[in-house]
Order: sequence, then structure tokens, then C-alpha cells
Amino acid sequence: MEIFAIIIGSIFANNVVLSQSLGICPFLGVSNKVNTAAGMGAAVTFVMAISSLVVYLLQYYVLVPLGIEYMQTIVFILVIAALVQMVEIVLKKISPSLYQALGIFLPLITTNCAVLGVALLLVQKEYNMLESVVYATSIALGFALALVIMAGLRERLELTGVPKGVKGVPIALITAGILAMAFMGFSGLV
Amino acid sequence: MQKYMGKNLKILTDGILKNNPTFVLVLGMCPTLATTTSAANGMGMGVATLFVLVMSNIVISLLKNVIPDKVRIPAYIVVISSFVTVVQLLMQAYVQDLYNTLGVFIPLIVVNCIILGRAEAFASKNGVWASALDGLGVGLGFTLSLTIIGIVREVLGNGQIFGLDIWQGGGALIFVLSPGAFFVLGYLMVVFRKLTTKTN
Repeated sequence: MEIFAIIIGSIFANNVVLSQSLGICPFLGVSNKVNTAAGMGAAVTFVMAISSLVVYLLQYYVLVPLGIEYMQTIVFILVIAALVQMVEIVLKKISPSLYQALGIFLPLITTNCAVLGVALLLVQKEYNMLESVVYATSIALGFALALVIMAGLRERLELTGVPKGVKGVPIALITAGILAMAFMGFSGLV
Repeated sequence: MQKYMGKNLKILTDGILKNNPTFVLVLGMCPTLATTTSAANGMGMGVATLFVLVMSNIVISLLKNVIPDKVRIPAYIVVISSFVTVVQLLMQAYVQDLYNTLGVFIPLIVVNCIILGRAEAFASKNGVWASALDGLGVGLGFTLSLTIIGIVREVLGNGQIFGLDIWQGGGALIFVLSPGAFFVLGYLMVVFRKLTTKTN
């Protein structure tokens, strides 16, 4: 039951982009086309699921026993950067087709603050190993969902006559605001 | 000397107006949207980022001839995250309330693209003094934008500025919540665009 609450909570009620304001850069940057948005969403889900497991093991089997929790930020960001590189290399060898689909998005993930944010949050919330992985995966799915919806909206916006002053980022932000209001409706769910 | 002063001043003001990180370059959006629930929070985040920006710019500029080109990005990240850890520990010790409100966004200064961007674009090519000024200019621009967004959200959402009542009865709570952040930033960006194109 706890797990179910985590899943629904992180996908809808506490959507990572629209309610926690994490991962805004890719949310605004790669939400021009539905296809690329879906690719980015898949790549983020993939990396976040793996990184949450690695971060969990690192926190409770390396940092805590050694008493160097204050090194968290440095260690986590380096591990995530290295992990992204590794995922890229491994994926290229094992599944070239998946690499073709996700390839260009992988390097961008290092700078996605949602990945580091989730790593820090799951330590803060003291989740166990299963909960951590489920939490990170559902957060990433929430990110993918927001990204795809936003891309759909922006594809429509392209065809409408937007006033010159608000073209580009401002109208995207205002649209995201309305979307965030819609997602607030889910907050009663959990 | 006059010319020298002019150049330095230009580095400083470019960061605030022409290359304003929030309204013009649209960088560092996560802390901009998440921490500007009030003027004080926005300013606190801005000052923390300013400190990291100036310090990392100085250190990276000093080390620019030592760091091999191939591993420069990881090296920059280590420098930046060291200073972020310093800020985190300092804030935990001296401004506990702000530390609790900003929460996870303090360690997340590491992935603020403004800092890595300035390291790569400016500090790795320029001298220490110029890099420090550049960090200060961009940091001030960021602090200023965050404070302005914070003020607008606090006034509309709570009817207060820096915690002081402007009128009784509060405001529309939506502006303190995350949709309000998107709206306020979007409209402020339009205003900034209007103002800067007029002066040019």
C-alpha cells in the first residue's frame, strides 16, 4: 500500500516538474516536439532508476559507515556524471537500436537537476532500497508525462498567433503555469 | 586607467543587464521557480549562488593552466561542489531557518547551469580579477532577478514584502504555489524584454 501511495504521489500529486520545480531546463528545452519529448522522458527514466539504486548503495554502505555524509553532494554528482557516461557506452554495445533512440539525450541528463534532486530526496526521506527505486522510477515517469503533455501543447501553440512580446519562453512558462494548476487537482489523491 | 575602469564596469553590468541569467539567458530555472516563494527566500538563494559563483570563478581561473583540457568539466564540477558544500555547512550553522526552507535546492546549486556556464565561458579564458568581477556581475544579476520575482510573488500571494504587511487579509495563495512561479516569471520576462528593447 505504501508503495502504491509513493507511485501515485510522485507521478501526479507531487509531479517533479509542475509541483516541485525540478528539471525545468529540459522541460523547457526539449518540449518542442512530442517525439523528442518521449525520447528524453525514456532516457531520464532509465538513468534515474539505475542511479537511485547506485546512490542508495553508496549512501548506506560507503558514506554512512565512513561518517562522511557531508561529502554527499560531491560524491553524488560525480557518480551520476560517471554513470551517465557508462550507460551511454554500455547501451552502445548491448543495444544499438536503443542507443540510437536515446543517444543524443543521455549527455544532457547530467545537467538535469531532477536526477541529483531525487538522489538527495530519497536519502532525506529515508526510503529503503525497494522504495527508493520505485520512488525514483515514478518521479521519472511523472517527468516524462509532464514533458509529453507540454510538447503536445507547444506543438499546438506553434500554429496559433501568439503576440510578439510573449513568443518563445514566456508563453511556454505561462502554459506550464496553467498545466501546473491542472495538476494541483491531483493533490487530493494522496 | 579610465579605459581599464570602463572595461571592468562593463564586465560587471553585462552580467546584470545584457546577459541577465534569468530573464535573457533563461538559465538556472529550477532554483528561480522553486525558491522565490518570498522576497527573503529568493534573495537568500541568490546570495548563496553569488558566493559559489565568485569563489568557483576565482579558483577555476587560477587553475586554468593546471587542469588538462580533456577532464576540465569534471574538474570544474568538483571545484563547484566543494564550494556548494561550504555554503551548505555555513547556512546550516548560521541561518538554520533559511536552510530548512531552501532544503534540497542548496546542494542543487551544483547543477545550476549558470555556474558551470561561467566557468566554461569566462573563467577558463580570463584572469583572476576579471573572473571574480564576472562572477560578481552575473551573481548580482541572478540575485536581483530572484529578489524581484520573490517580491512580486510575496505581494500577490501574501500581501507582504520581506514579511511586512502591505495590506490586511493576505492575497491569492496560488502565487506562492508552483503555478504562480511559472506565471510571474513568464510575465516578468515579457516586461524585461519590453524595457530592454526600448533602451536599445
